[in-house]
Amino acid sequence: MNVTLRPSKAPAGPAQAGSVLCVTGLTKSFGANDVLRGIDFTVQPGVATALIGANGSGKSTAMKCLIRLVEPTAGRIDLLGRDVLTLPPRDLRRFRSHVGVVWQRHNLVPRLCALTNVVHGVQSRSAGPRTWFQSLARADVRREALACLARVGLADKALQRVDSLSGGQQQRVAIARMLMQRPRIILADEPDASLDPQSGEEVMRILSSLARQDGLTLIFISHRMEHALAFSDHILGLQAGRIVLSRPTAQTDADRLRRFFDHPEASA
Amino acid sequence: MTAAPLPPRFRKRGLVEYAALLTVGALVISSLLSTAPQADALGRGLARLVAPSGLLAQMVPPDLSRVDRIAWKLLETLQMAVAGAALGLVFALPFAILATDRLSPHPLVRMAARAIIALFRTIPDLVWAIFFIIMVGLGPAAGVLAIMVDKIGFAGRFFAEAMEEADTGPQDALRAMGASRLGIIFSAVIPACLPSFTATSLFALEKAVRGSAALGLVGAGGIGVDLKVAFDLFNYDEALTIILMLLALVLIVEQGSGWIRSKLI
Repeated sequence: MNVTLRPSKAPAGPAQAGSVLCVTGLTKSFGANDVLRGIDFTVQPGVATALIGANGSGKSTAMKCLIRLVEPTAGRIDLLGRDVLTLPPRDLRRFRSHVGVVWQRHNLVPRLCALTNVVHGVQSRSAGPRTWFQSLARADVRREALACLARVGLADKALQRVDSLSGGQQQRVAIARMLMQRPRIILADEPDASLDPQSGEEVMRILSSLARQDGLTLIFISHRMEHALAFSDHILGLQAGRIVLSRPTAQTDADRLRRFFDHPEASA
Repeated sequence: MTAAPLPPRFRKRGLVEYAALLTVGALVISSLLSTAPQADALGRGLARLVAPSGLLAQMVPPDLSRVDRIAWKLLETLQMAVAGAALGLVFALPFAILATDRLSPHPLVRMAARAIIALFRTIPDLVWAIFFIIMVGLGPAAGVLAIMVDKIGFAGRFFAEAMEEADTGPQDALRAMGASRLGIIFSAVIPACLPSFTATSLFALEKAVRGSAALGLVGAGGIGVDLKVAFDLFNYDEALTIILMLLALVLIVEQGSGWIRSKLI
C-alpha cells in the first residue's frame, strides 16, 4: 500500500515544501524471518503519525531502520532530504543529530542529575568534556538545558538524580534531552509503554504539544488506541511487516482500531 | 488419590561429567600427595616453633627500639602503594575501554588490549619488581612500577567487566543522537560504572599495600627490605615488630577503604 500522509490538523510550525519522510519498498529480514516486507509511505512536515500493530508486526524495526539503528535489507528511505541508506558512517552520525528519538525506556544515566542528562543532548552538535557534565558545560548550554527541562515542567528537579524521579518524570527528562538536540523530526518508540496510564498520557500530551509548538514531525508507536486517536493526525497499521491500515485519524475511531487489532487483514 | 512418584534426588549424569569429576578428584589428590607437608614433618616443625629456644620464643617480646625507623619505612611502603595503585588505575582505564566489546574501535585493538591486561595480570608482581630493578635500579621506584603494572592487570580486567555489564540503553540513546565514542564513554559508561570502579580501586589499593611489603624482599623498596634483613640477621624480635606494624597499616587501610566504599557506593 502506498500512502501519502497530509496533516488533517494545521501544524503550528512553519510549513515546509515536500515530504519530510519518504519510505519506498523498505524490507528487513533477520535470516529467514522477514520482519518488514516492502513497506511504502510518505509523511509531510508537521504531521503526527501513529504507528500501530500487534507485537512482532515490525513497528519498532521500521522505526529503527529510519535512522539505521537497524540496517534495512532493501528499500529506500528519504528523510529530511537525505537518502539515509547511502550515508557513510561519519555523515550518518551527523544526520542522526537532526532526529530526536524517545525510547520505550527513558535510557538516561540514572546516577546523574536531570540537568546533566539533558546537557548530554548537546552532543548531537558538539563534543568534548564540556558536554559530559552540567558542571563543566558552557553557561549558554546550561541555560538551554534548563529551558528544555522547564518545557517539560521539571526545572525544579534539575539537580535531582534521575533515579530518584518517578517513571513519568524520567520519561519527561528524556524528552527534554531530545529537545536539547534541536531535532527536526521526532521518533518515539512506545514512550508510554512502561508508565501507568496517567503518566503515559501526560508524557504523550507533552510530546505531542511540544511537536506542535515547534512544528516538528512526530512519528510515534503506541499500543494504546486512545493515544493513537488523541495525539496523531494519521494512523498507519502494520501487520506481519506490511502496512494494512492507513487513515487520517479524523476518519477513524476506537471501534475500527479495535477491529484492526482483532482482524488486521480485514482493515486494508 | 494416588501419590505422584518421588523425583530422583540427584540428576542423572553422563559419562563425560563423571570423567570430568574423576579427573578433578585425581588432580587434587595427586597434588596433595606430591606437595603438601607430611604429618610427621609438620609435627616436628610445630614442636621446633614452640620450643623454649624456638622461633616464637625469640620473636616475643617484639623489639620496639627501632619503631621510629620502621614507621618511616612503613610510610614509604604506603607511599609506594598509593603511587603505584594511582598510576595503575589511571592507565587501567584506557586499557579497559579498548578491551571492551562495545567500546573498542576495532576487534584487533580489543584483542591486543585484552592480551596486554592478561600479561600484566598473569606475571606476579615480584617478577615485575625484579624486571624493574634491572631497569631502574634498587629502591622504591622499581616497586612503584611493579605495583603499577600489576594494578593495570588487576583493575583493567574488572573495569572492562564492569563496562561490559553496564546498561546499554543510555549508550544506545547517545549513539542514536550522533554522540561521539568518547562522549558516550564519558557521559554514559563511566558514570554508570563509577560504583564498581570505586570498589575495584579501593581493593587495588588494599592489595597494593599488602603487596608492597613483599616487594622489598627483592630490593624494590619499602618495609620488605627491613623485614628480610631482620630475618637474615636472626633479629626475630625486630621482625615481629615489623610484622605487627605492617598488620596495623593493612588493617587501617582496609578499614579506611571500607568506610569510603560505604560512603561512596
